[in-house]
Amino acid sequence: MAKEKKTLNLNFGPQHPAAHGVLRLILQLDGEVVEKADPHIGLLHRGTEKLIENKTYIQAVPYFDRLDYVAPMNQEHAFALAIEKILKIEVPSRAKYIRVIFCEIGRILSHILNVTTQAMDVGALTPTLWGFEEREKLMGFYERVSGSRLHANYFRAGGVHKDLPAGLDNDISEFCEKFPKIIDDLETLLTDNRIFKQRNVDIGIVSKQDALDYSFSGVMLRGSGVAWDLRRSQSYDCYDDLDFKIPVGKNGDCYDRYLCRIEEMRESIKIIKQCLQNIPNGPIKTEDGKISPPPKKELKQSMEALIHHFKLFTEGYRVEEDEIYAAVEAPKGEFGVYLISDGSSKPYKCKIRAPGFTHLQAMDYLIKGHMLADVPAVLGSMDIVFGEVDR
Amino acid sequence: MKNLEDLEKFLNSELTSKINNSFIKHDNIYINIDHDELVEVISFLKTNKETKFRQLIEITAVDYPENENRFKMVYLLLSHEYNQRIIINYSIKENEVISSLTSIFPAANWMEREVFDMYGLNFKNHPDLRRILTDYGFEGHPLRKDFPLTGHNEVRYSEEQKKVIYEPVKLEQNYRNFDYDSPWEGTKYIKEIKKS
Repeated sequence: MAKEKKTLNLNFGPQHPAAHGVLRLILQLDGEVVEKADPHIGLLHRGTEKLIENKTYIQAVPYFDRLDYVAPMNQEHAFALAIEKILKIEVPSRAKYIRVIFCEIGRILSHILNVTTQAMDVGALTPTLWGFEEREKLMGFYERVSGSRLHANYFRAGGVHKDLPAGLDNDISEFCEKFPKIIDDLETLLTDNRIFKQRNVDIGIVSKQDALDYSFSGVMLRGSGVAWDLRRSQSYDCYDDLDFKIPVGKNGDCYDRYLCRIEEMRESIKIIKQCLQNIPNGPIKTEDGKISPPPKKELKQSMEALIHHFKLFTEGYRVEEDEIYAAVEAPKGEFGVYLISDGSSKPYKCKIRAPGFTHLQAMDYLIKGHMLADVPAVLGSMDIVFGEVDR
Repeated sequence: MKNLEDLEKFLNSELTSKINNSFIKHDNIYINIDHDELVEVISFLKTNKETKFRQLIEITAVDYPENENRFKMVYLLLSHEYNQRIIINYSIKENEVISSLTSIFPAANWMEREVFDMYGLNFKNHPDLRRILTDYGFEGHPLRKDFPLTGHNEVRYSEEQKKVIYEPVKLEQNYRNFDYDSPWEGTKYIKEIKKS
């Protein structure tokens, strides 16, 4: 009598440490081989886009911190760029450099988290402990500049909120001197590690064509050999003046994506160093009183400053009727804001294009035919953060 | 096409009957099309050698409750080869059915599910049209302008029933929407007095 073939339905998550958040994955298994994966998302849906429609432009910024909460400032950047393009605001040069420094710090924050937790998913604990020590220092920089370690609310349309506090630039450059050594240490633990390679090489291969069809961006796209980085191809702020390389993978597997991220961290350090060397002095936000609030000391003397302050924090500034898509290269890929303004002080529509959403969509395609144990490896290499997937 | 002006001309000559209008703004090209022509236009843009918009960036809708064609569908495409972005839009009525793009771009699957979930628009030939971001058993379409910000239901753990239950939203304080909209530059009549 022939045995009947039975498939097993397995519910992975939503509370599972390797799910990197609240992912519920319904897996159809034939023995240990995954036949189908159906991700259920939305368990962290907070209605960010709806909330933004009901808030002024200034009040909307903190919502962007809460999307991909391991690299908050990169997302504020996209929103700031969208408004600046509509209002045609000229951003002072110093602000551009500060923003790029903190975007690259965000990239390192995100990549450390991803690389080390991916290693943890496949069985290595030490990288996490070493990496998180460095993240702590970086979040310290975030705190010194914005007042909070995670939810910075620091970028504004027209610049940044405050100038760098005294001594921060020295501390960041000191970090830049020491950090490459940490990356080397992480690499000694992982890059040639037999177990790490067995778990990652040739797992979750994405071909060039599929990477395009599935709307991959960022490391997911570059890992498959497509040299595409918005910092270079559609440069914004001062990326044009900086010298950096774009690491590209060859095989499109989890291991190549890991290598890309490691290299990107080194490039980020290079970018930060250049920024710290070349950063000019000067204003850190646009001096248009209709858009950025006046300095505190003026409030006591200038009637106009007082009115501007009052108007900015009650009504907010108005943004003329327009429709725009602005995107930045966030650590996880192309993060975009599609903004429709209607001339009032609140956005009419603000669609957030999160890279993780399209990456996770390809889960079924990536995992089909792999073993159950590969699920965390593939998930880890996709760099999923649920804040941005669910919005 | 190397630059946007050439691309605009090229699109207008190739897709004459399908494009209603086009313009260039913010380094992107915006085109408005007939909604029946969606699939042809998108597959043309994807496959043509002169355009090569091979990546679908986003699909979304915009709600204009006061318009007869209530929803505006928006498609964003990206061409790596020419480093260009195109924004395609068209207007539809609430109960019209939209052709799915899943056969051209597999990535359209979840994007269309999201539009279905958030705006309640239906897609034909979609392989798996389910809600995606909202809760199991959710009712209504949150991003429609007539959906209240506070929602309809709230959840809490009930000690009596020993489970999580749904209840209509009860607010301790009514939701307040302050209208701060007043002109920056003084009201009109003051300007008129000044003039005269």
